[in-house]
Amino acid sequence: MDVKIGLECHAQLLTKSKLFCSCSTDYHDSKPNTHVCATCLGLPGALPVVNERAIRYGMKVALALGCEVQEEIIFYRKNYYYPDLPRGFQITQYDFPIAFNGLVRIESGGGDGGKEREIRITRVHMEEDPGRLVYIGTIDTAKYSLVDYNRSGMPLVEIVTEPDLKSPKEARIFLGKLRSTLEYLGVFDGDLEGAMRVDANISLEGGDRAEVKNISSYKGVERALSFEITRQKNLLRRGLKIQQETRHYDETRGITLSMRTKEFEHDYRYFPEPDLVRIRISDRIEEIKREIPELPDEKKKRFTSQYSITTEHANSLTYDINIADFYEEVASKIDMKLSATWIADVLKGELNYRSISMREASKRISTADFVAILRYLKDGVITERGATEIMREMLDRGGVKPEEIIKSKGLASIGSEEIEGAIDKVIKENEGAVEDYKVGKKEALNFLVGQVMKHTRGRAEPKEVRRLLVGKIESEF
Amino acid sequence: MLLKKEEIEHIGWLARTELSETEKELFEKQLSSILDYFAVLDELDTEDIEPTYHVIGIKDVVRKDEPKEALSQSEALRNAPKKEKGYIKSPRMF
Repeated sequence: MDVKIGLECHAQLLTKSKLFCSCSTDYHDSKPNTHVCATCLGLPGALPVVNERAIRYGMKVALALGCEVQEEIIFYRKNYYYPDLPRGFQITQYDFPIAFNGLVRIESGGGDGGKEREIRITRVHMEEDPGRLVYIGTIDTAKYSLVDYNRSGMPLVEIVTEPDLKSPKEARIFLGKLRSTLEYLGVFDGDLEGAMRVDANISLEGGDRAEVKNISSYKGVERALSFEITRQKNLLRRGLKIQQETRHYDETRGITLSMRTKEFEHDYRYFPEPDLVRIRISDRIEEIKREIPELPDEKKKRFTSQYSITTEHANSLTYDINIADFYEEVASKIDMKLSATWIADVLKGELNYRSISMREASKRISTADFVAILRYLKDGVITERGATEIMREMLDRGGVKPEEIIKSKGLASIGSEEIEGAIDKVIKENEGAVEDYKVGKKEALNFLVGQVMKHTRGRAEPKEVRRLLVGKIESEF
Repeated sequence: MLLKKEEIEHIGWLARTELSETEKELFEKQLSSILDYFAVLDELDTEDIEPTYHVIGIKDVVRKDEPKEALSQSEALRNAPKKEKGYIKSPRMF
């Protein structure tokens, strides 16, 4: 059955002050209602004034998504009553947004060699973030809500897609691509809590569409949409009609709930915000275009040709701009293929396991440290296992150097004499296994290698041990 | 133009205001007469007139992105009728 999904993605822009007032945007770890003023609290008489940088960032996003930036923008009031909206209206845009008609290419297979799909962008506009509601318990059982206006007035860029996405997985891939692009532009930090929030419109072939609001994580998109598709399919199976409605996604329970809203488009009574004036933006397009850096797709192409690494590695290394920069720095000092393997396959795995970002990790393990570890590995000072262990230790503890860990954990590879000593000992102690190997039981060799590794506490390279063992046993014939 | 009772109820809901039966009747009359008053404007021919988005001609007013001091939490919450742990307490809306 055909599924159509369109997304409305709201991303917080990394300005220093809010969209219409000078309150600091650095509220994420603060006490509630400490980053507020008359304007973002909606007190009478307060006058909003637009933040210039927010507009520039919005234009940068629009241009990076291939949109047509418009001549002038106008802000509107969208009227509705909700406790997170202190004025009873949200300042947003309507028929004069920043831009229309963009295009984002995604690889729907994800990773390597998936088929490329084009997702059309309907429009890009600016709006202010509402405050944040906190519920004691869950949203449908709490007795009241608590309101924190620190978020009120944060600059958001809203990116609206056409219903071109065909599955929850594609929606997730699209969002990943969007996040990556916004981070490349330096206007967004996806690690901040609630920095990206998504509403999804979803319809099954022949049915009315439902809107799912309040999706606030990348994994949440796939889960919320899968739930919604199953729900709609079940309705159809029972011969029921899918109603056009707004549903709320409950992240903890992974379900969507009907919001029983009675509001329609015309109830929002959009009208031009009389406290703000129109702003001409077309004269800044060329200047902002020049500020747009190399974007993920271009970087990926360059990586494969410049560093002769696989498309898979290039994909993996370019998703996060901080990882891409880390890689380029390391690859400029030491073997670029070895760096690619160790960053894409090992380091990224360790970061995922610890749920820390590259930016966070680079405070504990610098590019110079990383180059040093790879150099020790290349020179045979440490084994692959040792290199991994050093990385883990550095990520967990921070503030330690590779050399200290090599010393304190005794990770230095041992000389061939010591390995041979261990091999002789193992052969003597395990005559049975040696006989087994001699009569053709190949798996006995694995056991013997394991024994040698045990004796050397993992400081020998298993391949080398295997080679020496075979040589020793066969020379005894 | 006479507004229907359901329309008055819907407007009341949009404003999150509960209306008594007497109020509904009162607003039905009042809002209808306001609409009639504005209906005079519909008689004007606006065929060749550009829409007005703002009454004064100023444009391009923006400010620099520089953070300034915010209100203190106690100042921010001073007029809140109900508060809890630094938050403003509000009815649950769902």
